[in-house]
Amino acid sequence: MAKRIDVDDVNVYYGDFMAVEGASINIAPLSVTALIGPSGCGKSTFIRILNRMHEVIPEGRVSGKVMLDGEDLYGPGVDPVNVRRTVGMVFQKANPFPTMSIYDNVVAGYKIAGTRKNKSETDDIVERSLRGVNLWEEVKQRLTRPGAGLSGGQQQRLCIARAIAVEPSVLLMDEPCSALDPISTLAIEDLISELKATYTIVIVTHNMQQAARVSDRTAFFNLAGVGQPGRLVEYDDTTKIFSNPNEKATEDYISGRFG
Amino acid sequence: MSRPAPSAPAPATAGNSPAKRPTSGLVGARLPKWAPYGAAVVGWGIAVGLKLLLGWTGWYTTFFTGAVLFIAVLTAWSFSVEGRRRAKDRFASTLIYTSFVCAIVPLVLILGYIAVKGLPLFSPDFFLKSMIGVTSREEGGGIYAALVGTLIIVGIATVIALPIGIFTAIYLVEYGRGKFARTVTFFVDVMTGVPSIVAGLFVYTFLLLGFGMRPFGAAGAIALAILMVPVSVRASEEMLKLVPRDLREASYALGVPKWRTILKVVLPTAMSGLITASLLAVARVAGETAPLILLVGYTSRINYNPFDGDMATLPMMVWDQLGKRAGTTSSDLTEARAWGAALTLVLLVLILNVGARLIAKLFQPKAR
Repeated sequence: MAKRIDVDDVNVYYGDFMAVEGASINIAPLSVTALIGPSGCGKSTFIRILNRMHEVIPEGRVSGKVMLDGEDLYGPGVDPVNVRRTVGMVFQKANPFPTMSIYDNVVAGYKIAGTRKNKSETDDIVERSLRGVNLWEEVKQRLTRPGAGLSGGQQQRLCIARAIAVEPSVLLMDEPCSALDPISTLAIEDLISELKATYTIVIVTHNMQQAARVSDRTAFFNLAGVGQPGRLVEYDDTTKIFSNPNEKATEDYISGRFG
Repeated sequence: MSRPAPSAPAPATAGNSPAKRPTSGLVGARLPKWAPYGAAVVGWGIAVGLKLLLGWTGWYTTFFTGAVLFIAVLTAWSFSVEGRRRAKDRFASTLIYTSFVCAIVPLVLILGYIAVKGLPLFSPDFFLKSMIGVTSREEGGGIYAALVGTLIIVGIATVIALPIGIFTAIYLVEYGRGKFARTVTFFVDVMTGVPSIVAGLFVYTFLLLGFGMRPFGAAGAIALAILMVPVSVRASEEMLKLVPRDLREASYALGVPKWRTILKVVLPTAMSGLITASLLAVARVAGETAPLILLVGYTSRINYNPFDGDMATLPMMVWDQLGKRAGTTSSDLTEARAWGAALTLVLLVLILNVGARLIAKLFQPKAR
């Protein structure tokens, strides 16, 4: 079910401001791709164009082509709602719905969208999704409790469970561990390696060790200066990027000699 | 005021006090704990002295002079002992507390006075009887007709205004962009300041004069609704803005259309705030009188039909019983009934406020 993503010469704008310029990238199915780079370089913007979430921000727009298994995400008549059903997303800050129980949070994708499912179906989805993020054993006794009562790491795994419950083909993660302690981070990283068997994963991270640990391919974004658009500097196998990058800027960044 | 402050730091005075603690750079001179009370006694003492000396009549001048003197005395004392920075702090905090007291005193006096005057009237009969056939020289009669009228008219106004208000707020927060949204916000702001008599006049001109109708309850409800909409829009807007963007994004990312996100995520999350906002908007118009004079009139009989004929309402009943409406004679009896009606109105608003808070608590998202 996992799909490949091909981005061809994409520019992203917020109003008159160009946030990302001329980015092209090919992402293989069932792989983990890490996006690294300094703050403001457009990583988060770039990941958002993969499921049209940048359109949620006022005046966000895109030129160029983003293909999902050969289908243009920005083609005429494409419904962003359907795009987001196929390409799921996990955010930096764990954001379970405060009015819902753990159970309802997991099946929120169906519940809010109004898709009718009977009880045994949703029970299955909840158990499968929570087992998928290694949270089932921890919460199976308190599924009816509010999701906001969990710890930060558990909340983030709950959010991942919510994202995979709707069975997307691609999973986008925007700095999923930046608010978590090392142990919860490890749990999420292990989870990413497991989820790789089922989904194409793109992850934004500020933590270069994390990129080196979890990803197959790494893309380095950089920006020439404040107010300038971010650019994709280098995109290659993770081992190559971290051992012998082609660009000097990449080497400076990963070795901490940046700027 | 002459008492030396403990641990005065000035080296010049250090020799004067025998039991001097070793001064540290971190320990500053402080006024004694009772300093504010002492300053208050001195301040109001001087004020009372001035009153007797200069023969001021009444207590208001004395009260406020005392407040000013209290602040002056405490600040000067603090300045001489504690230094500049602390004196400024004392001045600012005393000013804030004194203003708070000055604001709360009239409020408590009004509520207390209404309660004292109105409570003796309260009896089952007072709530269950109307004023029909009760003359100004007779005991008895009650607020039933007025209470029913107020509830019906405010109820209709609520049914008209709240959906408009909440939907406008949803538009402004979730959809409104650019010029049109700014125009809507501007007119809502302007409408917040529209005097109630103007809203009344508007409905009077278009409905009563325009169609040649006699005053009736629903006409008043329309005017109240006009007054309620901006309050409701403003309050609901603030509540919807409090819903974190994260939650909307989380919902969009699950492939949920915008309208379902609003219906199933934004509104439930903001529910407790929206209920509070709505009930406060209701409380805001419950005591309006001016539009009702024009549009609803007053009658001593019980009228359940808001679409035909004059209706009694609590504010109008106060006005009537004080003999101001028809120029009839008032007496101690009618005046007492006016206080009773006023107290009922205050309690009604109070119940709405307390109820708003309770319901808001009930709907609040829980952590565990």
